Amino acid sequence: MTTADTTTPAIEIQGVGMVFNGGRPNEVTALTDIDLTVQAGEFISLIGPSGCGKSTLMRIVGDLETPTSGAVRVNGKDPRQARLDHDYGMAFQQAGLFDWRTVSANIELPLELMKWNKARRQTRSSELLDLVHLADFGAMRPWELSGGMQQRVAIARALAASPGLLLMDEPFGALDEMTRERMQGELVRICAETGATVIFVTHSIPEAVYLSDRVVVMSARPGQITDVIPVALGERNEDTREDPTFFASITTVREALRGAPAPAVTGSNSVDIS
Amino acid sequence: MATTAPTFLQKPVDPARSNSGRSGPSALSRFARRTVFIIGGIVAVALIYTAVKAMGHATGGTWPFTSMPLPFSTDDVTMPPVMDIVLRFGQPQRTGDPKNLTMWILEAMLFTFREAFVGFIIGIIIGMAIALIMLRTRWLERGVMPWVIVSQTVPLIALAPVVVAFGNQIKVPLFSWQQWMSVALIATYLTFFPVAVNGLRGLKSPTPLALDFMRTNAASGNATLWKLRMPAAVPFLIPALKLAATASVVGAIVGEISAGVRGGLGRLLIDYSAQYLSDPSRLYCVVIGAALLGVLFVALINVTDLLLMRNRPREAR
Repeated sequence: MTTADTTTPAIEIQGVGMVFNGGRPNEVTALTDIDLTVQAGEFISLIGPSGCGKSTLMRIVGDLETPTSGAVRVNGKDPRQARLDHDYGMAFQQAGLFDWRTVSANIELPLELMKWNKARRQTRSSELLDLVHLADFGAMRPWELSGGMQQRVAIARALAASPGLLLMDEPFGALDEMTRERMQGELVRICAETGATVIFVTHSIPEAVYLSDRVVVMSARPGQITDVIPVALGERNEDTREDPTFFASITTVREALRGAPAPAVTGSNSVDIS
Repeated sequence: MATTAPTFLQKPVDPARSNSGRSGPSALSRFARRTVFIIGGIVAVALIYTAVKAMGHATGGTWPFTSMPLPFSTDDVTMPPVMDIVLRFGQPQRTGDPKNLTMWILEAMLFTFREAFVGFIIGIIIGMAIALIMLRTRWLERGVMPWVIVSQTVPLIALAPVVVAFGNQIKVPLFSWQQWMSVALIATYLTFFPVAVNGLRGLKSPTPLALDFMRTNAASGNATLWKLRMPAAVPFLIPALKLAATASVVGAIVGEISAGVRGGLGRLLIDYSAQYLSDPSRLYCVVIGAALLGVLFVALINVTDLLLMRNRPREAR
């Protein structure tokens, strides 16, 4: 449930640093000096080369990792408390649905964990199936659906408890371009309908620009924020993709990324997926 | 392992084609085909057996066209004719006995099955309990696993009398220890091992992604166990249960022999092998009964498998 009022930022990150295997020979500094404030309802993309720590940063916000330095507040709370209060919904590159549950039961899982009763869960899951345009698929098994449909189920599942904050780690990364654009459109619509704050990790510049209010550009070794680029595209629709401002913003982000130092080890994903 | 493949990597399955075997016109014909295969297999074994016997008879116990002796005897005592064995099922156990041999074997199968099944169930419970203990921490796994393995290297023949002796000393009010319970415990001893080993693998099989998801949703340890780890362990447990089922039958028969329990297949094996020279077919009949019991037990697991896995992708089955 959204607990943030308008005066409390959804996320406050101050001086966050993350060192893996500290003190050992394989010590890796994943993040240094990260400062970022995200207002409620904002859509923020994290973009940068592999190994820049963007996934790690998202995982720190989601209390899946504990930073080695600095402070994070989510809805004015400790991330752990926010997690226990079910403030988060998460979606990943892989749908990660449970094979043994129907599509509906997968969506209802977060609600089961919150001890909602069955009738309420069913009402909610059919609402969500409508939202992701899968109304007729509730009784099917996830493995009977295509990859894009599974990803939509995963997003519905992330939205189940109406979390104020959505953390998405390349949720469309495994989809083909056409499906991807359609999913982006749906995500924009869903966010407009739910008013959720979103942290969205991606490798795709057009995706980041199309979706975001602000694009956070990061660089690797050590992972840090090099630029925060506001995107003023107004309301998104399919015409947005043809808009000169869209292309201008893509260019700005691309140049910001070029300006960022190249990663020391290319192709290594070891840090941001750890 | 197909079960660990992320869902999205699997090709979408046509729902009409999935879950076949439960319904549709092909189910009956598949059943018929399978039955033909089974009967064909039995007939083939009988034919080979008879052919080997005929060959040994024709050559006088050597390989054809050589003077090399066959590694086994093909006379009627060592290898009674197939028809003798088949007909023996319908004859009395011994002359003057009103019950025929089939009744004796069926009763013994039922008796042994009860021991094996009780042992099997207790074995599953103990095996899963050990798997859950090992799941707690890595050092518990390192500490417990060697003992689980060592337990299986103790010869059953050495263990059985100890179990029987301990059992006989148990004195609890309103409860009297029965001999067959000792046999069930011996069956348990063989059963818990595959369940513990595969159960642990299954409980550890959820991806980091699935575990992160449960954590993000503030799932308790219990909820993660019952809603994620246990369902994920099922495909790993099925083969363990098949192993455990056959092992429990072997354990029960060996246990009966060691404990001197009457009424089961173990006792019949001992009795009939003592009188083997005068009635060899009878021992073959009991061995066939024991094999059949193992097959029926595994068939029971297969039915359980179909029930538990009916909603899983075919790749996982």
